[in-house]
Amino acid sequence: MKKRFSLNVKSYLLRHLQVMLFSLGRLWRQPFSSLMTVAVIGFALALPAGLFVLLQNVNHVSGEWDDASQISLFLEQDLSEKQIQRLQKKIVTWPNVGDVNYQTAAQSLDEFRTLSGLGSLLDSLPDNPLPAVITLFPAENNLPDDVIQSLLHDLSALPEVAQAQLDMAWLQRLRSINKLLERGISLLGLLLSLSVLLVIGNTIRLSILNRQSEIKVMKLVGATDRFIRRPFLYTGFWYGFIGGLFAWGTLLLVLSLLSQPIQNLASLYGSEFSLQWFAGLLFFYLPLVGIFLGIFGAWLAVGRHLYAIEPN
Amino acid sequence: MIQFTDVYKRYANRHEALSGLSFELQKGEMAFLTGHSGAGKSTLLKLIALIERSTHGQVFVNDQNLSRLSKSMIPYYRRQIGLVFQDHNLLHDRTVFDNVALPLVIEGENHREIGRRVRASLDKVGLLSKERQLPIALSGGEQQRVGIARAVVSRPPILLADEPTGNLDPDLSRDIMQLFEQFNQVGVTVFIATHDLELVKAMPYRHIALEGGRLAPGQTQP
Repeated sequence: MKKRFSLNVKSYLLRHLQVMLFSLGRLWRQPFSSLMTVAVIGFALALPAGLFVLLQNVNHVSGEWDDASQISLFLEQDLSEKQIQRLQKKIVTWPNVGDVNYQTAAQSLDEFRTLSGLGSLLDSLPDNPLPAVITLFPAENNLPDDVIQSLLHDLSALPEVAQAQLDMAWLQRLRSINKLLERGISLLGLLLSLSVLLVIGNTIRLSILNRQSEIKVMKLVGATDRFIRRPFLYTGFWYGFIGGLFAWGTLLLVLSLLSQPIQNLASLYGSEFSLQWFAGLLFFYLPLVGIFLGIFGAWLAVGRHLYAIEPN
Repeated sequence: MIQFTDVYKRYANRHEALSGLSFELQKGEMAFLTGHSGAGKSTLLKLIALIERSTHGQVFVNDQNLSRLSKSMIPYYRRQIGLVFQDHNLLHDRTVFDNVALPLVIEGENHREIGRRVRASLDKVGLLSKERQLPIALSGGEQQRVGIARAVVSRPPILLADEPTGNLDPDLSRDIMQLFEQFNQVGVTVFIATHDLELVKAMPYRHIALEGGRLAPGQTQP
């Protein structure tokens, strides 16, 4: 009994393997039209995947800046050096505060002079309008937002501090732009997945219609719906799988073309940044998504059209 | 083996193809179904193969009440019937071997058994040497014999044929009929629809003649 069962499972798997290879053979025999379908699927999958890779890289870069998140304390104008020294010593003892760095009002003016290029104009001012600044780094990287905010609040409450400012406000903006892009890419991915579904569904529909008389004959000699459906589902499987690999190849090609210019750009900013490819991850996910869409698209087409074909 | 009891078949356009038809075919019997075109021969065969269902009345085949058979059971039911068509219904992108193997592949028969039975079947119809050819390379008579080989390869108890000699010349037609006789001699119930009265009148088998969807006058009802 047990042996019989395992024999059945074996012959069942063998039959599936046969149908699988049979459907691949059919695609192989029409290389041109198969390749066109595969290319359409491949490009549609490569686009959201490529945007995903770029977004991940942007996230990676902005993550690096996170380590450098710093707070600037603009001090009141009329403080003596002694008061400032005392303030520095006090702040350093606070929890969550790491390094502090003091810059006098004169140094601020010098810095502004060099950066702005307004040298002689600044000389004509009666006194220095710029405040002394204490730059303060959090004790740890990646402190949660609310801790930073409460630190900022405590600092601005100090009488010596005119204004406390988180220098990384722009980083937060970048992050929310990233979030927006992430959502946009998800939506785009969804739409393009839907179009892959339709492309595969339509291709399978056409091949069902082309094989109408064959399907009738098979039904007449006692084929079940499941038997007739199987090669079409495997056709969808192959379209999706090969389309996924095609997308992977396309993406790698595009990234290899982008990689060098990006590195050049990064080196202009003195950054060591190099493009992350996620090649392994995508090699796994792109064909997987392709297979899922392929089988599902074929299944939809089969459900719509196969059962309508009856011998007459 | 095949039993019709007061069977009616009415189409959507109100045309009545069969009107109160009753007859019976014994197990192992061979019979011809005759009549002019439009007499209801094709409809009758379609009811037996469950390509269509009767509007009224009972059809029993191999002890199964066809009106009680659910749609999902139809494929399994059809495996008990070998069907032969006038236009052969072969798959033109597959070899003779693959065409004949189709019913066995559908049943999930194993590879070795398929090879053995397909060759036995092709040998029977005299086409063993052509197993690797495509149907298009064969003559009309040979194509029909491939169709017959496919119909009998799974050894069904019933063989139905709809105008199997319709496109063949008299000599080839006689060959085909002799083939059917041979299957009948090993116990298969054979039922052949034909309008070729010249051919079948010399053969010692029952004729079931239809006329306007009924048995033609002068025939005894079972």
